[in-house]
Amino acid sequence: MKWIKKNLFSTPFNSALTVITLFILFKTIPPFIKWAFIESSWFAESEVCKSGSGACWSVITYNLRFIIFGFYPYEEHWRPFVSMIILFTLLYFTRNKKYRSKALLYFWIAGLPVMGIFMKGGIFGLVSVNSANWGGLPLTLLLAVFGLAAAYPLGIMLALGRLSKMPAIKALCIVYIELIRGVPLISLLFMSSIIFPLFLPEGVTIDKIIRAQVAIILFTAAYVAEVVRGGLQGMNKGQYEAAASLGLNYYLSMRLIILPQALKIVIPPTVSILISAFKDTSLVVIIALYDILKTSQTVLSNPKWMGFSPEVYIFIAVLYFAGCFSMSSFSRKLEEELDREK
Amino acid sequence: MKNKKDVAPFIEIKGLNKWYGDFQVLKDINLSVLRGEIIVVCGPSGSGKSTLIRCINRLEEHQKGRIRVAGSDLTDNIKNIEKIRAEVGMVFQHFNLFPHLTILDNLTLGPVWVRKISKKEAEESAMFYLEKVKIAEQAKKYPGQLSGGQQQRVAIARSLCMKPKVMLFDEPTSALDPEMVKEVLDVMIQLAEEGMTMIVVTHEMGFAKEVAQRVIFMDEGMIIEENNPMDFFENPQNERSRLFLSQII
Repeated sequence: MKWIKKNLFSTPFNSALTVITLFILFKTIPPFIKWAFIESSWFAESEVCKSGSGACWSVITYNLRFIIFGFYPYEEHWRPFVSMIILFTLLYFTRNKKYRSKALLYFWIAGLPVMGIFMKGGIFGLVSVNSANWGGLPLTLLLAVFGLAAAYPLGIMLALGRLSKMPAIKALCIVYIELIRGVPLISLLFMSSIIFPLFLPEGVTIDKIIRAQVAIILFTAAYVAEVVRGGLQGMNKGQYEAAASLGLNYYLSMRLIILPQALKIVIPPTVSILISAFKDTSLVVIIALYDILKTSQTVLSNPKWMGFSPEVYIFIAVLYFAGCFSMSSFSRKLEEELDREK
Repeated sequence: MKNKKDVAPFIEIKGLNKWYGDFQVLKDINLSVLRGEIIVVCGPSGSGKSTLIRCINRLEEHQKGRIRVAGSDLTDNIKNIEKIRAEVGMVFQHFNLFPHLTILDNLTLGPVWVRKISKKEAEESAMFYLEKVKIAEQAKKYPGQLSGGQQQRVAIARSLCMKPKVMLFDEPTSALDPEMVKEVLDVMIQLAEEGMTMIVVTHEMGFAKEVAQRVIFMDEGMIIEENNPMDFFENPQNERSRLFLSQII
C-alpha cells in the first residue's frame, strides 16, 4: 500500500498518469486475452472459425508444416527438421560455457555440412531437393546463421583493414564500407539477384540463395566493421605498446591482446547489428525466396484462410522475438562471463 | 676478436634526431651503453627522455641518426624490430598489464608466443619471477584486482620472463602512490645488483645515487650532462643541471 502511494500517486500529475495507464490497460488487455485465448479456436475448420468471434489459431495449426517448410517436398520434411534439430542442439551447447571447447568447434565444423546434406540430398539415398524449393524457417535460419557467422569475422577484418597503415588496404576498406553502408539492403539483394547474373558468362548460374546470402553477409559486415573500429580506437595506446614491447607481431598482438578486449567492449552494439541483420533476412521475399514470412503470407492468400492475418503475424512475431531475445540474452550472459577481470 | 665483442657497446646511439612535425624532440643524441651498465636518465618534463628510451625499442621512430641494439641496426625491417623488442624489456609508467588475462597469463604470453617455449616451462619460469618480485600468491588474479605497486612489480616480472638483455624503465614509479614507490624500487635495485643492464628514466634520485653508474641529464632534447652520480649530485657541471637539482631536492 505504502509502495503504491509512494511510487504511483506521489503527485497529482503522477496520479493522473497512473489512472490513465490503468484505464488503457483495462481497455486493451482483457479483450485481447478474450480474443486470443478464451474465445479462440485452435483446431477448428476455417468455416467454423469464421463464424466465431475469437482468434482462429487453426490457421497456424492447419498450415504449420507449410509455414515452417514452404515448398520443400512434403514426404521429405523430416530432413530440414533434422537439420534444425542439429542446429538448435549446437546453439544450445554453445550457449553454455561448460561445453565451449575445441570439441564443440569440431562439432560445428562437422555439423554444417551434415545439415547441408540433409537439406540438399542427392547422396546417401536421399532424394535431391532443388534449393529453389527450400523455404520457411530453415531458409530463414540458414540465411541468418551463415550470414552472421560469416559477417562477423569479415567485419573484423574490414575494421583492421580500415585502421591499417598500408594506404591501399586502408582505402579499399573505406571505399567498401562506405559504399555498402550507402545503399539499402534491398538494393543489394536486387543487385545480387538481377544485375549480378548479367555479368556471368553464358550457362553459369549461381544459386539464388547463395547470392542472397552473400548480399546479406557483405551488408552486415560493413556495419560490424564500423562498430569494431570504434572498439579498436577506444583501446588504450599502452596496450598496443606493451604487446609490441614483448616482441609480439601484428597478428599475435591483435589476436591475443587487442581484439579480445576491443570486441568485448562492443558486444552490445554488435549484437544490435546482428539482431537487425537477423530480422532483415525477411527482405529476401522481394527476390522471391520463400522465407518464413513469405510462406505465412502465402497461407493468407489461400481463400480458405483469408482474413486471419492477425493470427499469422502474431505467430511470426513470436518466432522472430524468440530468435532475437535469445540472441540478446546470450550476449548479456557473455558479457557477464567476460566481466570477471573488474 | 672475441674479447672485442664483449666490450663493444650493447646499445649504440649516434647522431639521433627526432621530430614531431616541426618540433624537434631529440637533438644529436650520442649514447653508448655497455652490458651490465645502469644508467639513469633525468631531466625536466618535455626534455625528451621518455622519447629517447622509446626509440631504443622503436616504439618511436627516429628520423635521423643510427641506433644499434645487440649488434643490429634499428631500421624499418619489422622482423628485425620484433627480434630486438624481444631482447629489450620495457616497463611503462602506467604498467600496461593486459587486463583480460590473469597475472600468470600476462607473464607466460610472451615466452609462449614469441619464444615458443612450452606452456608448462613458461609457467614455471613465470612463478620464479613472481617469487622474485614477491607476488607469487597473486598469480591467479586479474591485474585490476592488484594495487598499483603490485601491478608494476608484475609488469617488471612480465618483462623479465622474456629473459631480456636490457631493461628500459619509463618513469616506473611516477604513477604510484608514495607508499608504493619503495616496493618497486626495491625490486629494481635487486635487479641492478644481479647485473641487469638497465636504462631508467626516473626522478628518484635516491635510486640513482644507490645503483646508477652514470647519470644523464637531458633538457630540450639534448644531453646536457653525462656524469657519474657522485659528481652529478655533489658537483653538477652545468648551470641547468644545477637548477634542476635545486628544484627537485
